[in-house]
Amino acid sequence: MSDHVLEPVRPARPDTARRHVPWRAAAWRQYRLERKMFWRNPSAAFFNFMLPLLFLALFGAIFAEEQANLQVIVPGIAGMAVMSTTFSALAMNLTYLRESGVLKRIHGTPLPTSAYLAGVAGNAVTNTALQVGLITAAGSLVFGLDWPGDWVALVVFVVLGVVCFASLGVALSHAIPNFDSAPAYVNAVFLPVIFISGVFYDADDAPEFLRGIAEALPLKHLIDGLSGAMVDGTGLADQLPALGVLGLWTAVGVLLAVRGFSWDARRG
Amino acid sequence: MPADVAIEVEDLRKDYGSHHAVRGISFAVRRGEVFGLLGPNGAGKTTTVEILEGFRQRSGGTVSVLGMDPGPRPVALRERIGIVLQSSGLYRHLTVREAVQHWAGFYATPRDVGETIALSGLSESADQRTRTLSGGQQRRLDFALALVGDPELVFLDEPTTGFDPAARRQAWETVRSLRDLGKTVLLTTHYLDEAQALADRVAIVKDGAILAAGAPGELGTTTRRYRVAWRDADGIPHERETEDPTALLHELTGDALARGRPVHELSVTQPSLEDVYLELTADGAAA
Repeated sequence: MSDHVLEPVRPARPDTARRHVPWRAAAWRQYRLERKMFWRNPSAAFFNFMLPLLFLALFGAIFAEEQANLQVIVPGIAGMAVMSTTFSALAMNLTYLRESGVLKRIHGTPLPTSAYLAGVAGNAVTNTALQVGLITAAGSLVFGLDWPGDWVALVVFVVLGVVCFASLGVALSHAIPNFDSAPAYVNAVFLPVIFISGVFYDADDAPEFLRGIAEALPLKHLIDGLSGAMVDGTGLADQLPALGVLGLWTAVGVLLAVRGFSWDARRG
Repeated sequence: MPADVAIEVEDLRKDYGSHHAVRGISFAVRRGEVFGLLGPNGAGKTTTVEILEGFRQRSGGTVSVLGMDPGPRPVALRERIGIVLQSSGLYRHLTVREAVQHWAGFYATPRDVGETIALSGLSESADQRTRTLSGGQQRRLDFALALVGDPELVFLDEPTTGFDPAARRQAWETVRSLRDLGKTVLLTTHYLDEAQALADRVAIVKDGAILAAGAPGELGTTTRRYRVAWRDADGIPHERETEDPTALLHELTGDALARGRPVHELSVTQPSLEDVYLELTADGAAA
């Protein structure tokens, strides 16, 4: 078979050059598919959607009439919602998609990688926006808190929180060897972080060493920022340290998310 | 590359560290042909195919698929190929029709969704959620998703591994209908009968190298020996291998006539693809 003389590889001949599906159309279709599948998956819909709202209802009932506690719990649960809809959801989803081979199958089609990831991320961001919106509305309408004092700061912190925790979730998925162990990996990070970062109580009341750990992690700073925007009405200028820590984690997350990305299942 | 060649592989090599998974493979696949890469597990078949599909990067050699280098995964190539991976997952919460419909949207010029589902033998389960499908039905959906883009070239990596006989026959029919549609098919398999039933030409692969290549019917006949078998007048069976059956038969029958002791059940057989395959892939006999 070595008698072939191979000519240099040429580009596609004109008769076979086809059009491509436009990027925006491809991303939009993927986004709509992700939304459809999200609502059809009961466990995802519960853990990523109902759980933070359930927590809000329960703690709201416990702290009813205690304005000071409610002012802690509402931004705290908003921060937790950002983390669960992006970090937890993406780490679980991407591990499943990678290990089951869906990612690889999609990688073999003409769908642009960026359009695919935009659809997947768009789905997570939609959940975040819905949750933060519902939590903010409930805080005001049900628990009698004031409406957020600084909407710009609220949007800035939610957007930064989404990028930060989404990239960290993608990065974590690289470390998860198979789907069976994904919930363990995700919850081993998620649960301790939400407990020490002041979701359920004012983090400043925690013992010194826990406070130190929380200070180094991004969620406490996201909650501080959300609290400033929703409760205190302080401007972004007062939140620069929080923005800085979140920005640093975002940089680390994006770097790790991109560098370790694999379309192929970990074999063995 | 001539216009009638779909795939051209020249001295392809792939190393993983010090392990040489593919060591200098060359072959060409003509348009409209079903070409089989046949070999035991771990022979380098999947590595070779995944380089052609753009999933892996080669360590050396040249590769051309539909006139393009698959290494950088050009979108123009992905528009024109269909891939059935050895195993790949599905969106479990979609129905068969929704999945095929969504995949159709990846391509600029897809096939009709209903027609693709019918071609793959899934019309009856089109509205089932994919997680409720049997193994055979999931494989049919793999075919449907690979075909809905109306590819010119279809890669099938071990398409029937783990199938029951009925499901295999069905998958074979689908492959034959692909050929009838004028598609080029590159198939890997470790089943001899599958290569024999489906492939126009076969390359036998072991330890990352091609040991023999040709039409399944011809592979055994090139330089191989013939087997001549008979029973003598006392009913005792004899069997002899020779490269020159004419001379042997002349000697045998001449002797029988001269002595008046006829031979019975005389047969001359050429080694089958199976004989060749077993001989070539047996450990230590590969050289």
